[in-house]
Amino acid sequence: MDLYEHQGKELFARAGLRTVEGRVATSVEEARAAAEELAGPVVVKAQVLTGGRGKAGGVKLAATPDEVAEHAAAILGLDINGHVTRRLWVERQASIAKEYYFSITFDRGAKRPLFMLSTMGGMDIEAVAVDHPEKLARIHLDPAMGFRPFFANRLVFAAGIPKEERRAVAAIIEGCHRLFVEADAMLVEVNPLIVTPEGEVVAADAKVTIDDNALYRHPEIAAMRDTAAADPQEQMARERGVTYVKLDGAIGILGNGAGLVMSTLDVVDQVGGTPANFLDVGGGAQADEIVSALEVILSDPKVQAIFFNIFGGITRGDEVARGILDALDRLEIGVPIVVRLDGTNAEEGRAILAAAPHRHLHVEATMLDAARRVVELAGGAA
Amino acid sequence: MAVLVTAETRLVTQGITGREGAFHTLKNRAYGTQVVAGVTPGKGGQDVEGIPVFDTVADAVAETGANTSMVFVPPRFAADAIYEAADAGIGTIVCITEGIPAHDMLGAYTYLRPRGIRLLGPNCPGALSPGIANVGIIPAQVFAPGGIGLVSRSGTLTYQIGSEVAGLGLGNSTIVGIGGDPVVGTSFIDALELFEADPETTHIVLVGEIGGNEEEKAADYIAAHVTKPVVAYIAGFTAPPGKTMGHAGAIISGSSGTAVAKKEALEARGVRVGTNPTEVARIVAELVTA
Repeated sequence: MDLYEHQGKELFARAGLRTVEGRVATSVEEARAAAEELAGPVVVKAQVLTGGRGKAGGVKLAATPDEVAEHAAAILGLDINGHVTRRLWVERQASIAKEYYFSITFDRGAKRPLFMLSTMGGMDIEAVAVDHPEKLARIHLDPAMGFRPFFANRLVFAAGIPKEERRAVAAIIEGCHRLFVEADAMLVEVNPLIVTPEGEVVAADAKVTIDDNALYRHPEIAAMRDTAAADPQEQMARERGVTYVKLDGAIGILGNGAGLVMSTLDVVDQVGGTPANFLDVGGGAQADEIVSALEVILSDPKVQAIFFNIFGGITRGDEVARGILDALDRLEIGVPIVVRLDGTNAEEGRAILAAAPHRHLHVEATMLDAARRVVELAGGAA
Repeated sequence: MAVLVTAETRLVTQGITGREGAFHTLKNRAYGTQVVAGVTPGKGGQDVEGIPVFDTVADAVAETGANTSMVFVPPRFAADAIYEAADAGIGTIVCITEGIPAHDMLGAYTYLRPRGIRLLGPNCPGALSPGIANVGIIPAQVFAPGGIGLVSRSGTLTYQIGSEVAGLGLGNSTIVGIGGDPVVGTSFIDALELFEADPETTHIVLVGEIGGNEEEKAADYIAAHVTKPVVAYIAGFTAPPGKTMGHAGAIISGSSGTAVAKKEALEARGVRVGTNPTEVARIVAELVTA
């Protein structure tokens, strides 16, 4: 789960890290009120779960409440990389002497947290990594050792942080690591980490991603999810416990297991179809789950046909077949459904489907045949 | 021979009295796996269709000589179950459980690795050595014994490709599902090393997907250390950047981790890459008969 900047900063503040004071606003009036309360020059920042806000015009400086209102009106509703801005963060303008970069990522390849620190902050860190690799200190932490003061030192020296700022930067590193562990974060990024003319070190931005699998032990973070910003079908899927990603095409696709569903999208694409979605019903796939999954897919009006691809391991073919028949009874399904069942109890499942013919139900033996069939039923070049 | 799961496997199931734990343990036993025990705290002394249930893994190991554990414990308690198995002296732990917090697994992995304890998964389908033993949820009926080692990040996609290979009359030495989580105990490289050393394995099929750089690292390892022919498949050519495709790791971020990049990395090291499961099976058959 990705957090908005203001939510990340809330976690920073709780972890004892210096941030810039600000207020959330979801309307022009709230933005103006926030500016009046903060008194003095502020920054109006779009709160969207994507990068490149500045370039897209989502970050503006303002000297007066009138200016804030003007910028707020322009930024609210602004589309930034497909994310419509629905809330703002209005914060005090900090005086900036220098901009640094700091992050902790969960490095799945190394199976260790990766710490990165650079004096070249405020810009695209991937470009720094390519053009000035010597300016980006990158050190993995051994989780068996845990965080130690020397580790922050190594990073601070490797990045060439000036003497007078080392202590403050090291404190930020330690605080961010504590947050990384305690909040089950997959990413904690501060870009820029600013140094004020007075030499104070302050987190001017916050990008935090929390492990979805660990949200059960962080109810206060789980409650931060902005359900209004999610795609309505994706939100519906989340509520029903299936993994759904909306795409642009005409063929609704559901299957069990992420890899098989990804492969199904690829195969449909190869035989000339366009996938409307990715939907993984997961390991169980009982009747209720199948009904829910079909409802999610059918809520997309573009769907012309559905490809139901199940290769059972933990999922049992007979349960899936009963679920499909149940769904056909309970839902108004006006598009063809091509079913391919294989694996655990698949024979029983195919027998159940064969015993209950339905005009919209088509059963195919292989994944490739089923892909061709669904593309044909969706009207050729779907 | 085979890898990970062999005739010597003596299996204990942690979470045996749960619905899925019981169902798949009994399926594994019916296939021929030596299932010697189950563990559910508080249910020691009971049995699941003749399989003795113990309160702790230590008791199960002491009484039955179990050397391999299969974890079917809910995600909140699964990391603890892994530590318990390791602490009881289990050498191979197969964790089927899905949804374990990544930080929990980071700790478990860091504990197990230097001790030489093998962990497969979590969020994996297990391992099947056709004709010998099955530990996990892989539907054994579609696979036959043979010389092809199959390693995959995805469960059901493994079955898909395995069945296409079987459909062409070929069999497998072992099918290894490593799982799609951010932290998995056994990597592609670990599995490649096992298959390279296994005399029964003649060919290797590697099934990857978008996200991370494990396939790229595997490509380098193959070029340097693997003498047996390897055929690969990558899922996710149509996946859009920035969207997680079900597996926690299956996300394209920035310019890296795309299916195209992985395919190119593998092909640059001489690995043939099929564009769909059917084609993968066809290439394997071609190499076997060549």
